Amino acid sequence: MSALFFAVVAWVAGAGLYGIVTSRHSVHQVIALIVLQTSTYVLLLGVGYKAGGVAPYFSDISRHARTVDPVVQALALTDVVVEAAVTTLLLAFIIQAHKRFGTVDPQQFSQLEG
Amino acid sequence: MTPSVRRWLCLAAIAGFAGFYLWGLQGLPGFGRYPGPYGNIIASHAVEQAHATGVVSAVNFDYRGFDTLGEEFILFIAATGVATVLRRLRGERRGVPVDQVGGREQTGTSDAVRVMAVLLVGPMVLYGWYLTSHAQTSPAGGFQGGVVLASAVVLVYLAGQFQAFRRITPVGLLETAEAVGAGSFVAVGLSALAYGLAYLTNILPLGHQPGAVDSSGTIALISFFVGVEVSAAFAMMVAELLEQALVIRETGT
Repeated sequence: MSALFFAVVAWVAGAGLYGIVTSRHSVHQVIALIVLQTSTYVLLLGVGYKAGGVAPYFSDISRHARTVDPVVQALALTDVVVEAAVTTLLLAFIIQAHKRFGTVDPQQFSQLEG
Repeated sequence: MTPSVRRWLCLAAIAGFAGFYLWGLQGLPGFGRYPGPYGNIIASHAVEQAHATGVVSAVNFDYRGFDTLGEEFILFIAATGVATVLRRLRGERRGVPVDQVGGREQTGTSDAVRVMAVLLVGPMVLYGWYLTSHAQTSPAGGFQGGVVLASAVVLVYLAGQFQAFRRITPVGLLETAEAVGAGSFVAVGLSALAYGLAYLTNILPLGHQPGAVDSSGTIALISFFVGVEVSAAFAMMVAELLEQALVIRETGT
């Protein structure tokens, strides 16, 4: 079980990284970055998981119920918001890059700069 | 660098990383065997201490409020960055709002989309507000609520009303809301200093019933300000992107 969990994290991160490196379209590259970042959510939520634990919301469960770690959940929430903001900023850069260079192929940007 | 060289370099780097990853995994506790104690202590004390039954919000806006402050400023700066990068450049003018993306068939908004979007605006605002104001008791809070509120604004655009969308998202209002939201978070933290307490200490009355709307002191208050900031930031970023797609074009076209 443990091995499977860490393998999923590594697989998602590796797929995202490979996508970023080989991408021929900037928007695709940003999506690959999102995939790479998604691996951190899996990792965060996974390390805080406790066998048999429930969500740390005590509105309708006993105060002493066995819950998963709330701290990593808060970190994952932070992670999601930052990802959304960074994605938008990167898309804005792509729009301007397309206007300036007439291409969105990241492998051609370096040649254009000269 | 040719694409194939790039690919092989990447694969080599991934292989190297895999080695360190496997090495790093040795001796880690297995899946489901959380070693604690930090999360356990917070989970067992937050309801007593902060009167918040939603412990994730208590972590976000109280125990680790300082982290969240930094995160909120990442969002703030990203929104400012989007507005700066997407400003009208030299040689560009504002035109009549029309979808300018080439190679896409121009079709009007269908009546079904229009009706659904208009019907959903009200419930979305209500839901966003509900999420923003119930951080202390449910998996909610300013971040989730703010994004839902911004989506309600986007629904107005989806209904085919770009002009109406622009009217309810004036840049001045959004920038002010963003600044007030972010600034108030800082101010709530600073007000604890006046009592000689640490930054972001929960100084407000906690209420009697943990999880009630009036409970949890600064957690609910900060969640509200975060909701204001997040909704304004996302509405502004969407507005800027739509401006690029519809309004801003090169002079002479």
